[in-house]
Amino acid sequence: MKRRILTYIVSVLLLTGSIGTLNGCGQQQTQADAAKGDITVYTALEDEQVTEYLAAFNKKYPDIKVNTVRESTGTITAKLLAEKENPQADLVWGTAASSMMVLDNQGMLEPYAPTGVERILPKFKSDKKVPTWVGNDVWETAIVVNTVEAKKLGLPEIKSYQDLLKPEFKGHIVMSNPNSSGTGFLTVSAALQLNGKDSEKGWEYLDKLHENISQYVHSGSKPAKMAAAGETAVGISFGYAGISQKSKGAPVEVIFPTEGSGWDLEANALMKKDDIKPAAKTFLNWAISDDAMNLYKANYPIIATGEGGKYEGFAFNPVDQLIDNDFSWASENRDNILKKWMEKYDSKSAPKE
Amino acid sequence: MMLNNKQKLQIKNPSQSILMLVLTFTFFTGMVLPLFTLFIKAFQNSDGGFAGFGNYLKYFSQPALSYSVINTINVSFITSVISTVLGFAYAYALRRTNIKLKKIFRYAALFPIFVPTVVHGIGLIVLFGKQGILTQLGFFIEIYGKTGIILSEIIYTFPQSFLMFYVALHYADGRLYEVADSMGCNALVKFLRITLPEVKYTLINSLFVCFTLSFTDFGAPKVIGGSFNVLATDLYKQVAGQFNFNMGAVVSTLLLIPALLTFAADRALNSGNFSEISSKAIKLKIKDNKLRDAMFFTVCFLIFSFFLLIIGALTLDALMKYYPYERSFTFGHFKFSQSTGGIQSFVNSIVMSLLTAVFGTIFIFVYSYLIEKGKEMRTLKKIGRLLSVVPIALPGMVIGLSFIFFFNSRENPLNFIYGTVVILVLANIVHFYSVPYVTAAGALRKLDKEFESIAESMRIPGWKVFLKVSVPMSFPAILEIFMFYFVNSMVTVSAVVFLYPADFKIASVAITHMEEAGDIAQAAAMSLLILLVNLIIRGSYEIYMFFNRKHQKKMEEVMLDD
Amino acid sequence: MSYLKVENIYKQFAGKVALEDVNAEFEKGELVCILGPSGCGKTTLLRIIAGLETADGGKVIIDGRDCTMLPPSKRNFGIVFQSYALFPNMTVEQNILFGLSEQKKLNRKQLRSRALEVLELVDLTEHKNKYPFQLSGGQQQRTALARAIALSPGYLLLDEPLSALDAKVRSKLRLEIRRIQRELGITTVMVTHDQEEALTMADRIIVMNNAVIEQVGAPRAIYERPENKFVADFIGTMNFYHNSTGDFGIRPENIILTKNKPSENYLTGKITFLEFKGAMIRVYSKLHDNCEICADLPAETAAAMELTENDTVYLRIADRHLIQYAEALEAV
Repeated sequence: MKRRILTYIVSVLLLTGSIGTLNGCGQQQTQADAAKGDITVYTALEDEQVTEYLAAFNKKYPDIKVNTVRESTGTITAKLLAEKENPQADLVWGTAASSMMVLDNQGMLEPYAPTGVERILPKFKSDKKVPTWVGNDVWETAIVVNTVEAKKLGLPEIKSYQDLLKPEFKGHIVMSNPNSSGTGFLTVSAALQLNGKDSEKGWEYLDKLHENISQYVHSGSKPAKMAAAGETAVGISFGYAGISQKSKGAPVEVIFPTEGSGWDLEANALMKKDDIKPAAKTFLNWAISDDAMNLYKANYPIIATGEGGKYEGFAFNPVDQLIDNDFSWASENRDNILKKWMEKYDSKSAPKE
Repeated sequence: MMLNNKQKLQIKNPSQSILMLVLTFTFFTGMVLPLFTLFIKAFQNSDGGFAGFGNYLKYFSQPALSYSVINTINVSFITSVISTVLGFAYAYALRRTNIKLKKIFRYAALFPIFVPTVVHGIGLIVLFGKQGILTQLGFFIEIYGKTGIILSEIIYTFPQSFLMFYVALHYADGRLYEVADSMGCNALVKFLRITLPEVKYTLINSLFVCFTLSFTDFGAPKVIGGSFNVLATDLYKQVAGQFNFNMGAVVSTLLLIPALLTFAADRALNSGNFSEISSKAIKLKIKDNKLRDAMFFTVCFLIFSFFLLIIGALTLDALMKYYPYERSFTFGHFKFSQSTGGIQSFVNSIVMSLLTAVFGTIFIFVYSYLIEKGKEMRTLKKIGRLLSVVPIALPGMVIGLSFIFFFNSRENPLNFIYGTVVILVLANIVHFYSVPYVTAAGALRKLDKEFESIAESMRIPGWKVFLKVSVPMSFPAILEIFMFYFVNSMVTVSAVVFLYPADFKIASVAITHMEEAGDIAQAAAMSLLILLVNLIIRGSYEIYMFFNRKHQKKMEEVMLDD
Repeated sequence: MSYLKVENIYKQFAGKVALEDVNAEFEKGELVCILGPSGCGKTTLLRIIAGLETADGGKVIIDGRDCTMLPPSKRNFGIVFQSYALFPNMTVEQNILFGLSEQKKLNRKQLRSRALEVLELVDLTEHKNKYPFQLSGGQQQRTALARAIALSPGYLLLDEPLSALDAKVRSKLRLEIRRIQRELGITTVMVTHDQEEALTMADRIIVMNNAVIEQVGAPRAIYERPENKFVADFIGTMNFYHNSTGDFGIRPENIILTKNKPSENYLTGKITFLEFKGAMIRVYSKLHDNCEICADLPAETAAAMELTENDTVYLRIADRHLIQYAEALEAV
């Protein structure tokens, strides 16, 4: 018995060791390789989406083994940056464009124009001549309301951002902290952009909103999740987070504010490294193919080709919901916005006693 | 006097010295060098240039951030005091009173370390959240924020404090109490003058350990902390929100401060003689006292019930369709969605934890043996002892990131272990190093220090005494270390989340993903599985000890005779 | 030539001198006790002879060979520690076999018969399957001794081997160790702080104090002719006496105490305390100059004299029993 355990341990060690070396080995770049091999994909897509999408990919390319590392946007971006010196990922898939810009600024992305990239609207891909990243679909700010709790508390109906300022909501709204969550940032960024970017009006809105917020949390989907569990009546989150909770049976309603939603992309990029695998390019080509887009559409109605899908049960055209997001303004002012936000609201959670 | 022999000083035991060198080198590679690659970033600006203390000045000039220093100290202080008081009371009840159900209480105390910390948060929310079971019974407390963090940290640190006092209160010199009785001292005087001094060292140690653990914990603030900022959330914001590794490194170094203080305090306490129990001590007879027993039983029962409630809440969550809105019964949540690694992640976790336990135990025991019993290389021994406390102060995120920086580097010849299970095992061994080291060193110090001398005189090779005497004599401690590594590896998240290979997902990370995705029910179900495995491991240990305890104890007593 | 020799041994620990220029020789087959108060360096000297400590200066010569830098495993000795350091997880026989089995020359059967042989020697044959915790202190001590001699070492080192035992067992084991040592004719160095142990067991005694050797000699010589005040005071009881001609010492048993005034050469004292010591009575008296002196008389004699406190007594001291010290002594 003892020996068998030992053999097992040794073989596990040998096995994992050999996987490590295999990854390091260079591979011949031949045309035939484009449809086979192992690739490592980092992604911030939801777990269940990854499973669904990959099944479709492997149906078409059964000889490409895709190893995924899935983490929240913040963690996966931090991991990519930490691995900068020796990238492990072959490509990044379905990760926020704001993160892509950080990686691009660090020179970590390899320009690559996937097949069919011309179908992608210019505002949904990088502005480089050969794009460094290309978007799949759009996620946008949404307000998630627990109808059972809202009724219990007698809360008024929400249609817009402005509605959130009503005094009845005091202590019943949860939103994500822009310093730790991309969703939080795009909500703040949208609030500022909608109120004239650099004017003080945007901050005045946030000041008033702050009065009603019960807590700022560290993840973008958490407000939706808390609303679903009845831990808060209202959560400012993103569309998919609310809709997926609803489909699981949570008594929530997802509201897209009339002023329009802040948004970001789920985007893909090729990592700059010595050994760029043909299979990685195959994957990137597939990732914006019509097959893939049709899958994305089911979860995120706005896809990067601009052909609008539909949110089930919503009458409007989702593309109209998006504000005219100025990415370069947002990324230029990101540090200042975060710093100001932190000084104004984060320090409010200072020790009270 | 001539010191002629210094010149021809030769290494008496070359194989031991080589082993010591190798292990020290391994330890450096596993901990010191990776940390160095991260900490150096605290003194660099973003393009790698030297920044001196610039980053620190910047950090403290932001009022919101420096508030979190105060917040963290505040929370950790309250946690350490309450945890220590509760841990003491609970251990006192089990060791020094005649209450019933002692065995059940003892096992129950360990529950929190058998599940990932995120589960404490989930449990608290199920109990005290807006929809909480207790909240609906009209028992409302504002759980999101400071109170929640403190409660969660108490649950997290209580077992540590309890275990320390459980050991410390085991030995008592009954004579002291008899003398006190004969002098007519009342219970309070006896407690203040005899019991407290007895456990003085443990008391301070427990305060420091609980303080350090809650100082660096990220799990509780993330799940239940709301907007309440602590250093660990700052670290997260810097690293995963703003991708500023330099600032992240600054926060990491700040998080080390309590551990360094712990070490200094430990040295100060150890150099003074803390009382040892005389071999002439007689066993303390626990007198009958109905009132005392009733009081302590209540304390134990309340803590026990609280843990039971959390487990109950978890079970409820795991077995109900959609708590609280759809309360029909289902086993469906145990069919884990394939995307989180499915049941395979659970198997992977067991494999990883076994490997960690096997190699961690071997490394710690051999290394601490060389440090405590070896005759060579005094300086290396000192360094080894000194560095053994550092890991307890390292947030998992710091270990995770520093491992990426160090092991993923192209120049590192060990690069090949990156992206394999080996890196997870190594990270776990480092992350949970401090407590097993103390266990091993303690067990080895109990062994007669002349075993090695005797063996040398009889020309028995060192490794043989080690294997045939030291190992069997320390077997309970070895099992304890094995268990500690296994249990902690099963539940850990913070370090391995940065390191797990694409084809090797693990259960504790899966639970975090489920929690993040709002799949509380699946998270609860997976947590119950982990709890079950940890209970089986712990149970096997208890069964082994049940059959060997008496024999082991007698063998140890032979060494205490003199 | 002596079997074992230490020359000019010097050793310090963290700046504190433990041994200062120590020289000693040990003849083949003799039992030498190193006697001294705790902290005098005696155990350090033993450990240097064993090779468990390395001297900072000086030489250790064993059987004509310079062994100063040799590790213990190459020195061929057996050792018994104060704690015995029996392997608690092994039976008596296993404890002995553990070392024996490293002897590649012997086969299994020879090993066992050698183990039985030494067990016989220490009279533990019937306990051979017991674990140390099942043995009495004396039996544990004998097991340790059996283990030490099992490999037929060149010399035997005993580090306070009896100090953990009750008085009765201790005196029995003194004889036992001495018997076995004689039977084997093994050169033995024993460290002790118990002067009675040294006096009864040793062929020769080395008295140490403060990192140096004070005196070396046969027990009788050491007792009767202590060369300095330390030795005189440390071994047995000694009255110290100072007058214009110098410093003197006298043993209590060498004082003749009477109630009747002798004709000449006497001191007068008043009894302050009578100490009953079984076969003897120790009489403490105060002399005219307030000096205190004690004298031993057989209990029977004392009873016959009907001594009580405050009695005036007369003390006579024969010159041949007086020990004179060159160095000045402070008043005792």
